[in-house]
Amino acid sequence: MLADLLAALSFQAGYNTRIVLIGAVLLGTAAGLVGTFTLLRGRALVSDALGHATLPGVVLAFIAGSALGLSSRNLPLLLAGAAASGALAVWLVHLLSHHTRLTEDTAIAAVLGSSFGLGVVLLSVAQRLPTGGQAGLGTFILGQTAGMTEGEVWTMAGLAALAILASVALFKEFRLICFDPDFARGIGWPVQRLDLLLLALVVVVTVAGLQTVGLVLVVAFLVIPPVAARFWSDRLDRILLLAGLFGGVSGAVGAALSAALPGLPTGAVIVLVAGTLFLLSLLFAPRRGVVATLLRQGSMGFRLAVVKALSDRRRGPAAPVSGTVALWLRARGLTTRDGALTPRGEAAAERADRNLALWERLTRTDPNAIPDTALWGIDDATRVLPQATLARLREGTAR
Amino acid sequence: MTLLDFLQLDLPAGLTAVLASSLCAMLGNFLVLRRQALVGDAISHAVLPGIVVGFVLAGSRDTVTVMLGATAAAALAAVLIEAVRRLGRVEAAASMGVVFTVMFAGGVVLIEQAAAHAVDLDADCVLYGQLEDVLWLAPTGLASLLDPAALAELPRELVTLAAMNLAVGLLIALFWKELRITSFDPALASAIGIPAGLFHYGLVLLLALAAVASFEAVGSILVVAMLACPAAAARMLTDRYGRQFALSLAIGTGSGLLGYTLAGPLLLLLGMDWSLNAAGMIAVVAGAVLVLAVLFGPHHGVLAKRRARRMAGAV
Repeated sequence: MLADLLAALSFQAGYNTRIVLIGAVLLGTAAGLVGTFTLLRGRALVSDALGHATLPGVVLAFIAGSALGLSSRNLPLLLAGAAASGALAVWLVHLLSHHTRLTEDTAIAAVLGSSFGLGVVLLSVAQRLPTGGQAGLGTFILGQTAGMTEGEVWTMAGLAALAILASVALFKEFRLICFDPDFARGIGWPVQRLDLLLLALVVVVTVAGLQTVGLVLVVAFLVIPPVAARFWSDRLDRILLLAGLFGGVSGAVGAALSAALPGLPTGAVIVLVAGTLFLLSLLFAPRRGVVATLLRQGSMGFRLAVVKALSDRRRGPAAPVSGTVALWLRARGLTTRDGALTPRGEAAAERADRNLALWERLTRTDPNAIPDTALWGIDDATRVLPQATLARLREGTAR
Repeated sequence: MTLLDFLQLDLPAGLTAVLASSLCAMLGNFLVLRRQALVGDAISHAVLPGIVVGFVLAGSRDTVTVMLGATAAAALAAVLIEAVRRLGRVEAAASMGVVFTVMFAGGVVLIEQAAAHAVDLDADCVLYGQLEDVLWLAPTGLASLLDPAALAELPRELVTLAAMNLAVGLLIALFWKELRITSFDPALASAIGIPAGLFHYGLVLLLALAAVASFEAVGSILVVAMLACPAAAARMLTDRYGRQFALSLAIGTGSGLLGYTLAGPLLLLLGMDWSLNAAGMIAVVAGAVLVLAVLFGPHHGVLAKRRARRMAGAV
C-alpha cells in the first residue's frame, strides 16, 4: 500500500491517477483560497447547506436527462443541476435569516436537512427509472475518484482553476469586505455584489468537488485548510498561501491514498488528511500552537517565580522556594550554597523588587494600562510602559 | 395491503419514524431558542465514529455499548469544538465545521474497515437510515397488540426510541423552568444560580443519545432536519414558550406521520407497487411546514408583516 501511495504521489501510477492528482491539487487550492474568504466573512457553514442542497439538483438533472434520452451520466447537466439547487439553497438561507426572525444557524440547519431529504426522495424515484444506472450518483455523496473519466477530471480542474484565478484577481476587494465591510460600503464599493460573487465561487468549488470530496464533506474542504492556516499567521496573504497549500496537499495525498485503497470514499480520506494537517497546526504552530502556548506559559511561570523569590528576600524573612527555582538562583551565582544572597544576588534582588513593585502598583491603580504584549512582573516596567503611565506611577510612589 | 402487512411492516416502521421525529422535535426547541441549531448538526455527525467503535466492540448492534460509544464521541466533540474555538480564535461555527467533518470522515473510514470484517453497517445506512428493516414479525392479528409474548419481540429501534421519548419528555417536564431561563436569558440564569453550562452539556448528551437512537432507522440527515424544521416553524407561529414546545412537538409528530404515509402506504393505496424513501419524505414535509409557517405565521410571517407595513403606511 505504501508503495502504491508513493507511486501515485510521484506521478508514476499511470495516466489516470496522474491527472486525478492534478485535478485534486487544483481543487484543494481553490477550496483553501475561497474558504479563507468565506471563513473571514463569517460564512463558514453556509457551504454546508450548499453542499447538501446540491443533491436534489443532481438527481433532478439525472431524471431530466433520462427523460430526454441522454446518456445516464451527462456530467455538465448534472453539475448544472447541482449549481442551480445549491445556489437556490444559499438564497433560501439568506431569505430566512435576513427577512424572518429565524437566526442563520437555524436557517442553515433547516435548509440543509430538508433539501437533502428531498434529494434522497428523488434518488428513490431515480432508482425506479427504466434506464437505471443511478449507481453513478452514489459517488457524488461521499466522493469517489476511482471511476472518473478523463473528461470529468478536466472539468473539475477547469472549474477549480477558474475559482483560483478569480480569488487572486479579486484579492483586494475580498480583503476589504472581510475586514472592513463598512468602510468598503462607505467608499462606494458594491459589497452585496461582491458577497454574491464570493458565494458564487463557493458554488463553483462545491460543484467541482462533487465527484472528489462528495457533497456531504465538501464543507470540510472549505473550512479546515483556512482554520489550520489561521494558526500560523495573522496576515491575510500568508493565510491564503498556507490555506491553498494545505488544501492542495490534502487533495493530492487524499487522492493518492484513495487510489491505493480503492474501497474507501475519497472524500473521507481527503478530510482526514486535511484534519491531520489541522492537528499539526493546532499543536505545533509557532505562536498559537498548543505546544508553544504551554511552553510560553511554563517559562513565564518559572521566570515570575524567580522574580518573586528574589524580591521576597528583600521584603522580609525569605519564604521557602521550590527546588528548581533554588537551583536556578545558585546556578546563576545569585545565592550561596546555604541560600543567602551573594553581592550580585543583592543587586538583582533589588532590581527585581523595584520592578515588581511598579507592576503591582500599576495593577492596583490602572489595570487597563497593562499592555497585552508585556510579561507582567518580568519585563522591565521602565522599558515596556509608555512614559506617561510611568510618570503617573512614580508620582504615586513619591507621594 | 392486508391487516397483517400493516401490523408487521407499516406499524413498526411508521411508529419508529414518528417517534424519531417527535424526539428530535422536542430537543430542537432548545437548540433553536439558544441559536445553536448547528450544534445539532455537529453532534449528529460527530457521534458516528463512536457508534462504529461501539458496534465493533459489541460485535452487534447492542444498544448500550453503541450508546456509550456515541456519548463518548459527543463528549469528545464538545471538548474539541471548545478547544479549537479558544486556541484557534475562530468563530464557533468554523470550529464546529472542522471537528464534526473530521469525526464524520473518520467514522466513514472506520465503517469501511469494519464492513470488511463483516460488521452489518454501511455508510448508506448512516445517511438515509434503514426504515424498511424495522420489522415486527411476531403479530398474527390484532390480538397480538395486547399479547406480551408478541410485544416482547417489538423491534429494538422502536423500543429504544419510545424509551428515549419518555425519558426526554420527563427530563424536560422536570427542568421546564430552568430550561426556559437558560434558553431565553443565560445571563439571568447564571445570576440566579442556575448552572447554564451544565444544561448545555446535558443537552449535548441528550442530542447524542437521540442521534444514535434515530440514525439507524432514519439516518443522520433526518435528525438534522427534524431538530431544526419543527422548532423553527413553531418559532414563526408563537412567542410563548409553552406553545412553542407544544407546536414543535405537534409539527414533528405530524410530519413524521404524513411523510411516512406519503412515501409508502399512500402510493400503495393508489395502486403503485413502489415506495419512496420515507426518512427523506418526512424531512421534505417538515421543510414544507416551515415554508408555510414563514409565509403565513400570524405575527411574524412574511405576509402578516407585509400587511402590517401596508396598514402602517395607510395611517
